[in-house]
Amino acid sequence: MKRVYVNEKWCLGCHLCEYYCAFAGTNETDMARALKDIKINPKIKIEEHGDISFAVSCRHCDEPLCVKGCITGALTKKDGVITIDKERCIHCYTCILCCPFGAVSPSEDGAIQKCELCVKNSAGVPQCVRGCPNAAIVFEERG
Amino acid sequence: MAVDYIYPDYEIVRNYDRCITCRVCERQCANEAHRYLEDENKMICDDAKCVNCHRCVSLCPTKALKIVKTDHCFKDNANWSGKTIKEIYKQAGSGGVLLSSMGTPENYPVYFDKILLNASQVTNPPIDPLREPMETKVFLGSKSQTVRRDANGRLITDMPPHISLSMPIMFSAMSYGSISYNAHESLARAAEKLGILYNTGEGGLHEDFYKYGASTIVQVASGRFGVHVDYLNSGAAVEIKMGQGAKPGIGGHLPGKKIVGDISKTRMIPEGSDAISPAPHHDIYSIEDLRQLVFSLKEATGYKKPVIVKIAAVHNVSAIASGIARSGADIIAIDGFRGGTGAAPTRIRDNVGIPIELALASVDQRLRNEGIRDQVSIVVGGSIRSSADIVKAVALGADCVYIGTSALLALGCHLCRSCQTGKCNWGIATQREDLVKRLNPNVGYERLVNLVSAWQHEIKEMMGGMGINSIESLKGNRLMLRGVGLNEKELEILGIRHAGE
Amino acid sequence: MRAVRHVIIGNSTAAIGAVEAVRSKDKAGNIVIISNEPHHTYSRPLISYLLAGKTTEEKMKYRGADFYKDNCCELLLGKTVVKLDAAKKEVVLDNGSSVAYDKLLVATGSTPFVPPVKGLDTVKNKLTFTTLDDAHALEAALAEHEKQSEKRAKVLILGAGLIGLKCAEGVSKHADCVCVDLSPRILSSILDDESAPILQSHLEANNIKFILGQQITELNKNTAAISDGTSLPFDILVLAVGVRANISLVKDAGGETNRGILIDEHCKTTLPDIYAAGDCSESTDVSTGEHKVMALLPNAYMQGECAGLNMAEEDTVFNKAIPMNAIGFFGTHVITAGSYTGDVYVEIDEKNLKKLYFADNRLNGFILVGNIEKAGIYTSLIREQTPLDTIDFALICKKPGLMAFSREVRAEKLGGIKAAK
Repeated sequence: MKRVYVNEKWCLGCHLCEYYCAFAGTNETDMARALKDIKINPKIKIEEHGDISFAVSCRHCDEPLCVKGCITGALTKKDGVITIDKERCIHCYTCILCCPFGAVSPSEDGAIQKCELCVKNSAGVPQCVRGCPNAAIVFEERG
Repeated sequence: MAVDYIYPDYEIVRNYDRCITCRVCERQCANEAHRYLEDENKMICDDAKCVNCHRCVSLCPTKALKIVKTDHCFKDNANWSGKTIKEIYKQAGSGGVLLSSMGTPENYPVYFDKILLNASQVTNPPIDPLREPMETKVFLGSKSQTVRRDANGRLITDMPPHISLSMPIMFSAMSYGSISYNAHESLARAAEKLGILYNTGEGGLHEDFYKYGASTIVQVASGRFGVHVDYLNSGAAVEIKMGQGAKPGIGGHLPGKKIVGDISKTRMIPEGSDAISPAPHHDIYSIEDLRQLVFSLKEATGYKKPVIVKIAAVHNVSAIASGIARSGADIIAIDGFRGGTGAAPTRIRDNVGIPIELALASVDQRLRNEGIRDQVSIVVGGSIRSSADIVKAVALGADCVYIGTSALLALGCHLCRSCQTGKCNWGIATQREDLVKRLNPNVGYERLVNLVSAWQHEIKEMMGGMGINSIESLKGNRLMLRGVGLNEKELEILGIRHAGE
Repeated sequence: MRAVRHVIIGNSTAAIGAVEAVRSKDKAGNIVIISNEPHHTYSRPLISYLLAGKTTEEKMKYRGADFYKDNCCELLLGKTVVKLDAAKKEVVLDNGSSVAYDKLLVATGSTPFVPPVKGLDTVKNKLTFTTLDDAHALEAALAEHEKQSEKRAKVLILGAGLIGLKCAEGVSKHADCVCVDLSPRILSSILDDESAPILQSHLEANNIKFILGQQITELNKNTAAISDGTSLPFDILVLAVGVRANISLVKDAGGETNRGILIDEHCKTTLPDIYAAGDCSESTDVSTGEHKVMALLPNAYMQGECAGLNMAEEDTVFNKAIPMNAIGFFGTHVITAGSYTGDVYVEIDEKNLKKLYFADNRLNGFILVGNIEKAGIYTSLIREQTPLDTIDFALICKKPGLMAFSREVRAEKLGGIKAAK
């Protein structure tokens, strides 16, 4: 199972992953068009403190507390990817209560959002990984 | 405030239609050229701080930025160029020696660009490197002059120590201190992967890198920084640095503020003390003195490592090379005047030394004439920019080349020539932790491997075209070269004919 | 080998957790689901959203339409288990038939408590609010009122707890709601004196009224007498004072019970091969070490799952139950967990509140109102009983995040790099 792995040693705190994430969510072809004058609300978020920074996004846990806690069944895990059915999300935020990584957040429409490894958008592969200039975020198979 | 005589060289052009104020330019510029205006949600910039390193341009996700040369100008003057005038303003303001980095950008002839390669047609057909074996492997060191046999008639094979390389390329000396830990790691790992060598420069060898020893040339320079017996024995060869192409005749000076932490430990000097490499080695004033050091190092390494003597290409380079060949050195490295540097006085860099092509041709010829060419291998550096330059250098007589600037470009260097500021935005020529981490060696190493592998393919292609299937057969094969637009004297020194001849 | 017969009483969260767990390990065993409700499994907390028109019965399904088929479950819906015979290993249904089991899960949930208020029998429109049928009944009552009167319906809700308030929010579009509670604050089980008023004023701004610290002393048809001496007219009465765990099956069969069915870390009751999970059970709260009923959906799922795994002979422990709640009203969100004891870290402004309770190097509990970002980081500190001296507690108080953990912990969590032991 390929996963997104983050190595803070190489994170520059440039925030490009966030912008590539937000861009991927728009399904636009041009980033400037997609994100001009928009305050982005990405699914991957940088934590910064002093000279440390790193990106946090859904870990697609083996024991997904968000899925187990979801009161509607909107969060499901299939083929190793946890996805959200926004139609069924009722905005109770039990998943935010449960997620030990802080990787679930409300979206603009109130439904929750989380990294779905870009399986639902036109990109198909995680765009945060593509956008990282220093290979601090990688998408790979590890034992 | 006093009048600032100097108008910025570059202008940062921002396409506001494309700028999404992600602020990556601001975060990535160590020179603080970009700034975000919170209340206007707008980026602004200060052209005066821009060194044109392209970090912001490269990372801008919407390609909203470009850097252009300012069209602001002085009144036309063929003698007093804008650059000259500005340098005078600068020195009048500071009272200091002008400092520069990387190789000279001045418009001197590049002989590699005036030399063309041959290719086979009809007779002596070309070789297809994808179908035929093509040998690029080289051995550097002293070659045996005669065939010797023992009492039973068997060959005696106790050769002097050699370096074995998968292709005639090595990474040239760049010290830990002048470049970052991550740049060093990238070079070391790439060298190991490629089957070539990299060079510590005169900053010693970080303890983490001893494991790459078999891919390392350890350098001994006039400051003798970081030199101890384990260091000498850790590498595949030892190099005595007598001079550097970018600054022949002068030493080096790494300011005390850069001598911190691991750098101080690796160089074996106290933190905060200036690292001054003297212009001469204070124990070498003659070939005989040099011979003493060569043999001291051989003694220290049990005669198991070849010793390289590196000099800058200067006017009487061939006579010096002859002396070096006789000093017991196994390899002579010659650094042309276009070679790079982490910092050098501008006037020295731009006005001292000679082009590597001419130096190489004359040294090779001189050693042949004296019948001692086989006693030493010749390595040349000082702006090898492509595989074609390598093929031409080998045909002019080189056994191998050193590449420095090309390797740094592969690591992300954009040749902004601001290394001396220590604020390299690409994490190469800096020791600032937040900048050093920008060069992930996993990425850097791979890019180096890519570059050198690509060059190896191209070398094979060019060799194949000439009908040559071993790099050894190309060495000194000047018939494979023709000059274009060169005068008689130049052709004579290069030992090549003019195109059409 | 004979296929194992797994029988599950109940068809809600804990039952579904058990089905999924059993099926993940035992593909061949039989699963029989018995429920007194006739419906496809649905999410109970969604009934108020159904009233508000924010969901539909179709979307309320807790699992997809093919769930039972995909998991090869035999369904006995609309049947009530009246007796559990642990010796014979069978359960007896209300129609007299019996169902044998090898492994039994009791996931019977809870029943709303109807308080003995004087005159309750005089009230025509009275109901509780925990099931889909309750929601339908309330909907019907509102529709009926709309038909007969031009005025908005007056709904009187007894209880300002989670159920009562959710009900109020659900009907507020169509009716004027008044909540009466004996406690001086709303959501008294999960909020405190500082946090409750913030939410209360938000609810009041959305047209929900409260009479707190009072009770209904007497009911007379469409009028309620309040203990402060006033009287209150209403059209519909909703009783939401609390629920009681359905423990009788196990209790009568000789299993140990308290307020709920006692279970151990394996979600096993004191009876052989009988497990219990969800709102009917009572287990250990890791934040306090106390044994209690924690009627919360995530716990129900995880207990059901744990029970299911053990039923499928996969030795599994669930020992991380804590009280926790995530709930939102009219766009203001509240997340709480654990217990509110020990020292407290407070951040408070007009619309947001954060209180973290800690003692003995552990986080005991927290209350977040408004800004609930990354609340799970705090939850995890309680669940995992993380020693606070191993993290930057001052930082995490201000900003929940992985930053407060050590580099090694982060490397493991984010980089998948196991720390060298």
